[in-house]
Parts: sequence; C-alpha cells; structure tokens
Amino acid sequence: MKVKLPNPGLDDRIPSHADLERMETEEAGDRPKWDNKAQYLLTCVGFCVGLGNVWRFPYLCQSHGGGAFMIPFLILLVLEGIPLLHLEFAIGQRLRKGSVGVWRSINPCLTGIGIASLMVSFLVGMYYNTIMAWIMWYLYNSFQSPLPWSQCPLNANRTGLVEECARSSTVDYFWYRETLNTSTAIDESGGLQWWMVLALISAWTLLYVCTIRGIETTGKAVYVTSTLPYVVLTIFLIRGLTLKGSMEGIKFLFTPDVDELMNPTTWLDAGAQVFYSFSLAFGGLISFSSYNSIHNNCEQDAVLISIINGCTSVYSATVIYSIIVLICIKYAFENNILKLMNAFDYAENNITDINYNDVLAHLNHTNPNIIEGLNLETCDMNKFLSQGVEGTGLAFIVFTEAIIKMPVSPLWAVLFFVMLFCLGLSTMFGNIEGVVVPLQDLRLLPRSWPKEVFCALTCLISCLMGLIFAQGSGNYWLALFDSFAGSIPLLVIGFCEMFSVIYIYGADRFNKDIEFMIGHKPNIFWQVTWRVLSPIIMLVILVFYFVTQITKSITYLVWDQEVVFPTLEARPYPDWINVIIFLLAGVPSLAIPLVFLYKFIQMKCCKKKDYSDSTVDTISAKIQMGEKMKF
Amino acid sequence: MLGKIFFLLCLSSAWAEDLCSKAVPPEAYYVRLSIKTALGDKAYVWNDNEMFLFQATLAFAMRSQFSGQEYNVSNIVVCDETPRVSFWFVVTSLEDPSRLVSRGDVEQAVRKSRNRINSAFLLTDQTLEFIGITPTLAAPVAPNTPPWLIVFGVVMGAVFAGILVLLVLPLIQKKRKKNQPMEDEDSDEETQVKTAENGPERSGVYNMSFSDDDKFTQM
Repeated sequence: MKVKLPNPGLDDRIPSHADLERMETEEAGDRPKWDNKAQYLLTCVGFCVGLGNVWRFPYLCQSHGGGAFMIPFLILLVLEGIPLLHLEFAIGQRLRKGSVGVWRSINPCLTGIGIASLMVSFLVGMYYNTIMAWIMWYLYNSFQSPLPWSQCPLNANRTGLVEECARSSTVDYFWYRETLNTSTAIDESGGLQWWMVLALISAWTLLYVCTIRGIETTGKAVYVTSTLPYVVLTIFLIRGLTLKGSMEGIKFLFTPDVDELMNPTTWLDAGAQVFYSFSLAFGGLISFSSYNSIHNNCEQDAVLISIINGCTSVYSATVIYSIIVLICIKYAFENNILKLMNAFDYAENNITDINYNDVLAHLNHTNPNIIEGLNLETCDMNKFLSQGVEGTGLAFIVFTEAIIKMPVSPLWAVLFFVMLFCLGLSTMFGNIEGVVVPLQDLRLLPRSWPKEVFCALTCLISCLMGLIFAQGSGNYWLALFDSFAGSIPLLVIGFCEMFSVIYIYGADRFNKDIEFMIGHKPNIFWQVTWRVLSPIIMLVILVFYFVTQITKSITYLVWDQEVVFPTLEARPYPDWINVIIFLLAGVPSLAIPLVFLYKFIQMKCCKKKDYSDSTVDTISAKIQMGEKMKF
Repeated sequence: MLGKIFFLLCLSSAWAEDLCSKAVPPEAYYVRLSIKTALGDKAYVWNDNEMFLFQATLAFAMRSQFSGQEYNVSNIVVCDETPRVSFWFVVTSLEDPSRLVSRGDVEQAVRKSRNRINSAFLLTDQTLEFIGITPTLAAPVAPNTPPWLIVFGVVMGAVFAGILVLLVLPLIQKKRKKNQPMEDEDSDEETQVKTAENGPERSGVYNMSFSDDDKFTQM
C-alpha cells in the first residue's frame, strides 16, 4: 500500500543521512552512548524480561491448554511482537531522540503519542515499583530461620493459633495480614502501613541510585540484574530435577489441549501477552535504541531479543511449575503415608514411596471402608494450580509455601526473591528512562538542570503518589492500576506508533533509512507486517479488549474473613471507581487526539513556526555551528 | 510381709494382663512414637527396655505432679503394643490397683513433664504423640529488633552511600579539571598553528589562536 499522508517540513526536523554520518564520526559528547553492544542488549533484555515472564506466562500456558498455547503465542510473537520491536528500535536509532522527540520530529502534531507514553510509563512505574517494595519486604524477611511465613502466631491468650491464620494458611496469613494488612474493601483505606512505607522508600531510593545518571549507571547495573535471574532459574531447575516428580509438573504444563485453540480468548490472551511482554509503547526502547551508533544492526537485535524473551518465558514456566507441582505431590504423598501408617499401625518405613501404590491397592482391597474414611489426598494439579496461581499469588503464596517445604529454606527464599527483584529492577530502568527522557525533551523544566535532578523528581513524586499502595487497601488499588493503566493505553499507543511511522513518516523513507543504517532494505516480511498485519492484529486486540472490559461488570477480589474464607470473593467496584478508571485508561489514550488537535489548531490559526528545531534558511545556516567548535 | 508384697505384685501383673484383654477403658491414652522419622539413621530399636523406660518416665511424671504419691513402674499399665510403636496405657491408683487414675490427672502430669518425657526418648511433641493431649504451643521466637529492620538498615545505608558517592564524585572531578586546563592552553598556542575550514569537511583541526579573544572588539 503506497498510502502516505502529507507531512510538510519533515526534512527540516530530522537529521539527514549525511548529518548522521557526520555525527557518527565526530564525538557528539552530550548524547550518552552505550559502552558496548552487550550493555545495550542486556538492558533491552532486562526491560523486556520482567515479572510477567515468571508469573503471567506460566498461568496463561496452563489455563489455555498447556503446550497448545505455544502455537498462538509463537505466531503472534512473529507477526506482532518482532515487527513492532524492530520498528521502535529502527526509528529510535534513526531519529536519535527519546519518545517525545521522535514523534515531535515526525510531526509536531504527534507529540501526543510521546506524552501518552510518558504518562503510561509513569503510572505503570508507580505500581510496578510497589511490587518491587513487596519483593524487598519478603527479601528482608528471608534472612531468618525459621521463615516468618512458616508459622502462625499465637493468639492473645496463648491458647491457640490466631483464628485467621488457622482458617487459611501460614503463607496466606503472612501475605494478607502481616505484609499488606489488607482491608476488606477498596474504599476502606485502612491507613498507611509503616513497614510498607519503609519498603516503598527503600525500593525507590535503590532505583534512584541505579538510574541517577541514566544509562551511565544503569548500564553498569544491568550486568548483574539481567544475568542473575538466569543463574537463579538454573539453580532452581537443577534443584527441581533432582527431586522426584518434577517431570510430572513439566508434563502437565506442556501437554497440549488442542481444543483450546478454537477459543478466541486464547488468541486474545496470547496477543496481549506478547504485546506487554515486550514492553512496547512505553517509549523506553526507543530511547535506549537512540543511544546506539547509526549503523547498528537493529533488525538483528530485534529478532535476537524476541527469541530471548520467548525462550525465557518458556524456561521460567518450566522451572516454576516443576518446583510447585513437586511440592504438591510430595506433601500429599507424605501425608498419605503417615495416615496409612497410623491407621493400620504399620511399622515406620514399611510404606515408602516405592511400595506406596502396591500397599494402597492391597489395603483398598482388604479394608475399603477405612481407606475411604482416611480421606487420602491426591495431588489434583488442576485444582491446585488454578487457585490464583498467577501474579502476586504465585510468588507470595504458592511459591513461598513451596520454599518452606524445602530444606535450608532461607537460602531458597533469598535466591528466589533476589531473582524477582532483579527481574523487576531491570524493567524499572526502562520505565524511568521512558519518563525522564520525555520530561527533558518536553522542556517543562529548565534545561540547565542536570539529569540527576530530573531523576530525583521523578522518583520522589512517584514514591509520594505510590503511598496509596501502602495503605490497607493498597493491594486492591494495585490490581486496579494493573488492569487499566497498563492495558488499553498501551495498545492504543502501539497502534498509533505503527501507523505514524508507516503512513505519516512514510514507509518508503523508513525503508531507505533502514537500508542506510544496516545495509539492506527490509524484506517482504517486514513490509507486510508493518503495513498490514501488525496494525490489524493490534486493532483487533484493542477492540476485543475494550468490548470485554465494557460489557463485563467490573469486580475485584477481596480478602474478607466474613465471606467465603479463605478464598477471595469477587465484589463489584463502587461507582466512583469509574472516574479513576477513566483517569488511568482514558487520559493517556485521549492525550493523543487532544494534543493532535491542539497543535493542529496552533499551527493553522496562529501561523507561528516552531523555531526551536528549524534553522534559518541561508547559506551560512548550512554550516553547522556546534558548541564544541573553537576557532 | 514379703509374701504379701509378692502376692500384691502378682495380683497387679495379673490384673494388668486382665486389663489388656478387656476393651480400652475411657481413662486410657493412646501413645504413638515415630522414632525413625525423628532420628533417621540414629534411630534406636524399640524393645522391652525402652518400654520400661517409658513406664518409668510416666511414673516420674505422676510423682512430679502429685507430690508425695509414690507411683511406681507397676502402676503404669501398657497394652496393645504394635510394630508401629503405638500402644495405650492407663495409670492405676496407688491405694487400689483396680481403680484407674482419671484422664484429667494423667493429662496434667504429662503436660507438666512433657519436655522431660520427650527428652528421655530424644523425640519431640510431633514424634511422641499422646493422642488427646495437644502439645502446649511454644511461642514463636520474637527477637527485640525484627531481623528485617536490620537488613533494611543495611540496604538503606548502602544506597545512601552510593547516592552520595555518585553525586559528589563528578563535582570533585570538575574541580580537578578546572585546575588542569590552565596549563594546557598556554602550551598549545605556542607550538601549533591550526586552520579551520568552512563547509562539510571536518578533517582539519581547530585553531586555538583566537580562543582567548574577546567576543566584541574594543572601542
């Protein structure tokens, strides 16, 4: 399709190929640069690989037909994820600016896309770092034996365990009461929990120290934060494989149920997962890519990072599930053996793992009544794994329970939470980049202020606003943010990005740029996906998402002792939440058309030109007077 | 005298055997030991000597609880020993061997000396179970400073130190650089004459001769 929308003055706003060559040879010192390619790749991998790979992907896999989920996931990865990733890398590398700068260069009316990215990065960063605070809280509590979530505290008069703990479980109690101190509804604030405030402050200050000078400091940090999760996952894998029964978990996770492919929600979830998993439309990737040298092979990078991201999802799913299911099996096994021994007065060690099945069969044959009365537990993996085994539930309830059943629990707890911490921190680097660089580009604050101050302001304001998550109802607010701030706006931004680059910047110009940068024109696959396939897929996902959110009554899960304890109860939101939802999802999405209109009207009616980027049109103006020149 | 004692002993042992063949009386307590679970390789074999020790420790427990009453091994009657190592026992009262001590009293005695009984067998509340006597809950160890605060303090200290270093270091470097260039510029002007070219070619070097001149010509 040779459609291209009119875009006057584009050449004046962007550096030409000759300019880029020149900028490459002379040291443009004020723009940061990567120390080496590895740093860049590690940063991008770290940004893409996050907590979602560990706790969202395995859940989707297991609930949408196991191995069969790989098919829509891989198809959409290739058709949606890689093209958009390549696009963001290429446009950032070509225009050498952060997200606001890039869109403003393409056309000042499109600044809204950059602003929307900024807002989404800010909102997502706010709640994502709260999850980091929770992880740090658990990490701080892992340096003791026995682990605090392995025991119930005693009640006031020391006659028994605290009722809430006895009715649910030690891990549930530690999470809902001692960590969150959760209230029973989103409108009951419950007040600020001081230990949560401390954890939040530690999370933000730690993030600040790592991002204080942009990629200078994060570039050093990613050597650790991007590689450590893989090391820890491997350690857990080795541990899991040495224990019996781990293959059961892996088998269960990956046995395909091909019927699920007919279900449209499977494809929808796969598409959404690919999109969010790549951290697209946050603006961070454009920013990172703009620090590359002009002839960096962005096509290769995009494919490489996509492969790494997909493989990491599969790898972590394998590891996590093998550990969890193992514990379920082992626990049920040991319990049953004990029950049988006690009921039939067998000597200890008469019933072992090996002869358990035979003994059970024999006893079932001779004394079926007693066997029935014993209520032997089987590890019902479906039931076990379907109990909220995604998101925070997976990490803080199920996996912590698995940890306390392993020997040397504090070690495994520390390893696990350090891994989660690194995964989250490297993603936060990208978020901060997606907030600070557009802030600098928008010139809302004086340019002379150093980057450290921008960073400090961002972290401080996010921390203060993040205090809503440190309340008693903080968990519910976080779930709200997660559902609405990080879903629809990103899809909208992603679609607008692709549309702008292909149809407003111009696909031909873009192809020539890529040919200039990497040496060959992008092949037919890229052309088809950029122009047709990826936008359509994104549009479909967006429409479906929107429709499903609007039609279903919005509920949230509540931990309430009075009702359906100890499972969570679904309760509808109060009415005023709709305002908040609109602020979270609507404002960033609407920023794009509103800013478009604003700039458009500004251009048309006032006929003022934007002097900041264009140069005076004389001969001497063609001589680039740089600040570095002294003569 | 001796004959009487001997007669009583025979009677009591006969009475004990009698007790075992009847149904389990309500005053009885079931006991279950899980020696292999607790001790693994170091597990000892359960035999009559161990049973004798059990009877002796229970007699000790009864004596501790009811001071003055001198319970003996013969007062602890054990029945229905299984390979699981589980059995039930009753305590016969001192005055009348046919009467059994009430459940409540036995429970109190066991609770009071539970630790000693466990230690005699190198077992714990979970591996030496008295069915019906719930173990008294040990309060979870609560140190004065929660350990997480200590780790938190360490992390925050490191973070603030890092922030200070990262903010102060470039300021120090800037100061050092200010002192250095004063010497560099003088040497450059004397030794080299450089020309600057207009246009896109940037292969030349910059002429430093005019770097110190005022921007505006003086009147």
